[in-house]
Amino acid sequence: MQAEAICCENVTVARNGKPVLSDLSLSIATGQFVGLFGPNGAGKTTFLRALMGLLPLQQGQIRVLGQSPGADMSDIGYMPQNRSANGASLTGWDLLASGMSGNRWGLPWLSRADRLAIQEALDSVDASDLAARRLGELSGGERQRLLIAQALIGSPRLLLLDEPLASLDPVRMRDIAERLGALVKQRGMTVLCSAHDINALMGVMDSVMYVARGHARLGSVDEVMTTEALSALYGAPVEVCRTPSGRLLVSADAL
Amino acid sequence: MLEYDFMRMAFAASVLVALLAGPVGWFLVLRRQSFAGHALAHIAFAGAAGAALAGWPPLFGLFGASILAGGAMGMPDQKAAERDVAIGLVLSLAMGCGVLFLHLMTRSAAVANALLFGNVLGVSPQTLESLAAFTLAGLVGLAILSRPLLFASLQPELAEARGVRVRMVSTLFLMLVGAATAEAAQITGVLLVFTLMVGPGATAHRLGLSPLFGLASATLLAVAEAWGGLALSWWTDAPVSFWIAVLSTLAFLLAGRVTALRRTP
Repeated sequence: MQAEAICCENVTVARNGKPVLSDLSLSIATGQFVGLFGPNGAGKTTFLRALMGLLPLQQGQIRVLGQSPGADMSDIGYMPQNRSANGASLTGWDLLASGMSGNRWGLPWLSRADRLAIQEALDSVDASDLAARRLGELSGGERQRLLIAQALIGSPRLLLLDEPLASLDPVRMRDIAERLGALVKQRGMTVLCSAHDINALMGVMDSVMYVARGHARLGSVDEVMTTEALSALYGAPVEVCRTPSGRLLVSADAL
Repeated sequence: MLEYDFMRMAFAASVLVALLAGPVGWFLVLRRQSFAGHALAHIAFAGAAGAALAGWPPLFGLFGASILAGGAMGMPDQKAAERDVAIGLVLSLAMGCGVLFLHLMTRSAAVANALLFGNVLGVSPQTLESLAAFTLAGLVGLAILSRPLLFASLQPELAEARGVRVRMVSTLFLMLVGAATAEAAQITGVLLVFTLMVGPGATAHRLGLSPLFGLASATLLAVAEAWGGLALSWWTDAPVSFWIAVLSTLAFLLAGRVTALRRTP
């Protein structure tokens, strides 16, 4: 097993012809839980998609689990941000079942091993009760728990989670984050998890990747979440405060 | 009623049509593309009228236009909201062209009536053969396509990441919808394709069945509604399309009752 799960060298990625990330160089060690933060449109989703080979690189090179992006998805669990509203009459189980070898032609049969894998993934995020419910009746958070379970199917070595905590209530958010953290540590997975609220992942993540204005900074929370580092990244004065309880607040005082 | 040749032909044609319309309709409802299915029927109408005007068999124009249009609909990469308007425009243009073609024909009334409201009692052995061929090909195509199609319908982004060619799958599916539409138009006419295609699919969804059961029950419902319509038309002398539309709506309403009752035991 290589020491680096993800390695980017001078990577520039464009979305609709406009460069979103430019000249990005970083590497993420195997087994790291990386929180991916930054303002809307900064390129968090673009970065995740580039790691899966869904976006062509303008320049540079990416290695994911030692291979070029998209070469082998069997070891990558992905939870996309946009959730389709189709299939409201189908159950949570049907949703997960549709993804089992969903890239192969033929009728959607499930093997016994498929069923066991689905059940195991559901159990691991305490989502078994959602399997029998209809998708149209699930709350946004319940649906998300299902999708996290789906990303875990087959015990992938790398998890790419795009806003898995969005629209969860604070208690559930913390619960899912801690459960996820324990699970990936136990299985030795590498995780790249984008989120809006950095505090939801405090204590769970090993490092922070902060994206803004086409650039990114990767490091420990103490390195990246400082007034100096974020101001440099934004190119404008940004203040980072830490409350006595350890929570982080980011605000732009010049506005 | 089965002692008559034309009735036996009608029953055979309905089952062929329903076998494809049922499962295709289930996917159409799942993907919320029933409006696209409706538009394809109108485009098929223009194709059939155009073919009739040119002196070709209308069936040729019916299938040609709807399958090609299905393929063309899958091509553009647009947002759903814009697509609605685009489909609506193409639909009206096709209908307008159809009207023009009929106007240019001298014997337009009978052709128009058959195209718009169906003519299942006038199915010829040749038509039956082509229906059988399209149903067989369509079902084989759908069986091959169903796994990635289900995945791409429920989770398009994840499917793309796992290597499903989402655009291609959706284009192929719309071409299948085109074929199923052209078939259904033989029985219900283009104006009522909805009843045989979207009706059973929507009812199956309402019952909350898992995909394979849903597909099977949509197919059975489509067959039952088509045959029921034929039988009722025989006994009452009202048009077949009318009865299919009534049965299709009744089944949908009944499914709602069943689901409501099941939830409050």
